Parts: sequence; C-alpha cells; structure tokens
Amino acid sequence: MKIEEIENEIVEEFSNFDDWMDKYSYIIEFGKTLPLIDEKYKTKSNLIEGCQSQVWLNAELEGDKIIFKADSDAIITKGIVGLLIRALSNQTPDDVLNSKLDFVEKIGLKEHLSPTRANGLTAMIKQMKLYALAFKTKMSK
Amino acid sequence: MFDINKIRQDFPILKRTVYNRPLVYFDNAATTQKPQVVIDAISKYYEQDNANIHRGVHYLSQMGTQAYEESRKAVKTFINAEHDYEIIFTRGATESINLVASSFGKKYLKQGDEILLSGMEHHSNIVPWQIICEEKEAKLAVIPITDTGELNLTDIEKRFTDKTKLLAITHVSNALGTINPIKRLIDIAHKYNIPVLIDGAQAVSHLKVDVKELDCDFYCFSGHKVYGPTGIGVLYGKEKLLEEMPPYQGGGEMIRKVTFEKTEYSSLPFKFEAGTPNIADGIALKAALDYVSSIGLFNIALYEAELLHYATNQLLNINGLKIYGTAKEKAAVISFLLENIHPYDAGTILDKLGVAVRTGHHCAQPIMDWYGIPGTIRASFALYNTKEEIDGMIKSLQKVIEMFS
Repeated sequence: MKIEEIENEIVEEFSNFDDWMDKYSYIIEFGKTLPLIDEKYKTKSNLIEGCQSQVWLNAELEGDKIIFKADSDAIITKGIVGLLIRALSNQTPDDVLNSKLDFVEKIGLKEHLSPTRANGLTAMIKQMKLYALAFKTKMSK
Repeated sequence: MFDINKIRQDFPILKRTVYNRPLVYFDNAATTQKPQVVIDAISKYYEQDNANIHRGVHYLSQMGTQAYEESRKAVKTFINAEHDYEIIFTRGATESINLVASSFGKKYLKQGDEILLSGMEHHSNIVPWQIICEEKEAKLAVIPITDTGELNLTDIEKRFTDKTKLLAITHVSNALGTINPIKRLIDIAHKYNIPVLIDGAQAVSHLKVDVKELDCDFYCFSGHKVYGPTGIGVLYGKEKLLEEMPPYQGGGEMIRKVTFEKTEYSSLPFKFEAGTPNIADGIALKAALDYVSSIGLFNIALYEAELLHYATNQLLNINGLKIYGTAKEKAAVISFLLENIHPYDAGTILDKLGVAVRTGHHCAQPIMDWYGIPGTIRASFALYNTKEEIDGMIKSLQKVIEMFS
C-alpha cells in the first residue's frame, strides 16, 4: 500500500472514536502491543533524545524499501511512533521523502509533534527523512 | 484574613476552561498566573503612559521614569535591600545569573578557581557558570544532595577552599521543593570571605526574603514567578560588589559620557541596564509585589503549607506512587512518579483532564540523573489553588493509572 492509502486508513480508523479518551486508550493499547525492538538496536547512535521521552530508530534498506524499527520509553509516544512506522516502513526512499504525514493532524495528534512537547517525535520524522535521503543517494550510485 | 474565594476572583484566567473542563493550574513553579491589577497596570501603561524613560524631559517620559523607579523602590522594600540602586532590573533570574557570571567572573575568576554550586541547581544556575569557567579555565565544584533531596552538608566547610570564588545556590529547588538552609551556608561562606549568590526564582512567591538578614551578596528572581509579568526580573547585589564589577552589556542608558576614545559608565543601577528597559513590565512588577504584600507572605506560606500537606497525604494514598524530594523544609512543590508509568504519558492524560502539571526533568537534569529517572510529574501550588483542585488531580491520577494498567 502507498503511504497515502495507509494514512487514509488510519484516519478512517480514528474517525470511529467518539472522544479523546477512546482515542488515547487505543494509542496506549497499540503502544503496549507493539513489539519492542531488539535490544541491539537500542544503541546510542539510534537514540533520538527528546526533552521528555526518548525514541530509538533503526533503518535498513531491503531491496528498494526502507524498513524502520522504533521504540520509545513512553507508551503514548510509542503508540504514535507505531503509527508513523506503519505509514513509512516498507516504502521506497522517494515515497518517504515525499510523504506529508497529514494524518497526524487529521486524527488530532498534531500537538504531539509540536516542538514544545519535546518527545522526540518531530526529530524522529526528520531522522526518517534523512535516512530516506541517504538511502536514495546510495541507490543512485 | 486569607479569603481564597476573593483571591480566586482576582485572577481572571482561573475562570476559563480547557477541553471543556475547569482549569486546574498546578504549574506555578514554571510561571504563576497574573492578578487583574497586574494586567491592568500593563494595559494602563500602553494605553495612557507609554514613553521612553530616563531621558525625555516631556511629561510622559517623566511620569514613566517615576513609575519605573517606584517599582525599583518596591522591590527594594519587598526584599529589604539597603539601597534602591542595589536593585538591577533584568529580563529574569536567568539573565541576572548570567550578568553576575559574566561580570563577576570577568573580574575575579582566574585559572584553577572554583565556583561552588549544589546538585539541585536549575540549568540556569549551572550553564552560565560553565560558560565563564570555560573561558577562564576555572571549574565547578558541587555540593551533593541526599536521597531525601536535601543538601548533603557533611564536611560542608571543607568544600570552601582557597580556590572557591563564589557560592551560587538555589534558595528553593524548582524540581523538588526543598528549601535550603541558605543562611547557614552564607555564614560559612563569609567566614572564608567568599561571596554568595542566591537563586531565589522559586522562593519569592512562597516565603519572605530579607537580603539584609540573609546577608547574601547577590539575590535573583523573576517577576513572572511572583504573579508579575514575564520579561522582568531582578538582580540584587551589594553596592560594593556591583561597583567593582564591570558592565555586562554596553549601550544607551548605561553611560555617562561617550567618546570614541573612552566611555565613562553611569552609576548604579544604570551601569547594568543598557538599552531601553522593559518599562511596562517593570512598572507592573510593582503591582504584583504590592498584591502579594497586601495578602502577606506569612499568610501565603501558611496556606500553601496546608495545601502541600494535604496533597502529600492524598498522593501517598495512591498505590505505587513515589514522591521525590521529601525534605523537612519544603515549598509547595511535589515531584512524583507513578509506578511503571512514564511521566510524559501521565502528563498527556492529565492535560486532557484539565490538570496542568509539569512533566520532564524541569531543567534540572543533574537531579534526575542522581535519582536515575527520566523525569517526574511536578505539581506546584500557588496562593489561589484549593484542596478541591487537589482532589481533582487525585481523581485524574486514578484515571491515568486505570488507562495505563
């Protein structure tokens, strides 16, 4: 599936929630069920330090697709990380680079991407795009 | 007479809702809300009195100058300084500390010297010293803290050496609420002729500060943490030290005579106040201090102690909740963690429930490192908070636990 299609799918799923509490309960449950990434990926170089919560992000190229794996020490952050991974992992570098990720705003979680939240998510998206750029450069060589 | 209902009426923001819930504002250690008199003072200045001060001979300029200087006198009285020219207006406690670090450091710090701090300092009482120490090849020495979040005063006298040039220490810990025995530390420091800077940012809204009685050499605080505006702060310094120190920034206001060869600086306090000051907020600071004084810091302290006691007991009833900072002497600040729940997660849900607390490391990372935790949830109270609001927070915390279990 294309990133945009996945984004639409997520927006559709979230439209079922009546209030914020259902939405957050879902994110929390989603965060809890996400597989923890292997300890070997929790390295200092994979660490994106937020002021409040931390995110570990690992990226590998498989064929022409990027496989992202990530984790966070906070569950809500981890749940949102999971949504971002769902949209961006297993996609080509070009698609990752061109993604707008409007869905975060559409499902009402934009506040988590504001710089003041300092949870590592904004830096994580930036890092994902940097990986995409690096892989794209590598592939074109 | 402490009339909480009347006090709450004085703060218009307390009437608002967030996410359709009444606002419970427990982030007072970050900034306090403003009473109507402060808001009015700012508006009145811009509506009726705006002019640049200290220079103009016209009516508005003179009125503005007078109001601004009256505010300085109000600060002098508020902290019981000897002279009003010992009160320097800054942008806030952070700038006050930077001023002393830069200016005092330039004059007195030499290679190998030490600035003595404590393990519970806010970053703003660490980083300015690191910057000047790097320049001067001096270093920081640190008074450690104990498990209860108090200063470890074992062998305290030995921490003052012939290398120590200044003790810079917080009056009240922003992250833990601990009230430090600063009078005792000042007395010890002075025995060795070492000057002392007190970071009073978290103290002035909670307890009566008397710089003469303390005999501290510098005392700093921010207006916005004592019900005043943001962007205005205070550095108190003893006349002798301020006279000896070189200016911090250059510009207008701080000069007596300028030629391209040499500039003569103004006398105190203007030597340290380059450029057009923050006139409106400076004037409104007086309204805030007058407001606090009209209620009385003794009454405020008494009421807040009651809130602290009540909240501590209520919180300890929650299973798995741990309080960080259990000093005997505490201001109305409680830092805590819920078992197996990240502070960011708890803070996010509390926010949705209309409870404004602070989560994270509170700009005091060394303390969090000391406890080996990523951060805490911090509830900090002010004179307008109530036990009912604390009950609301407790209920919200139970909801948080439910959501994450």
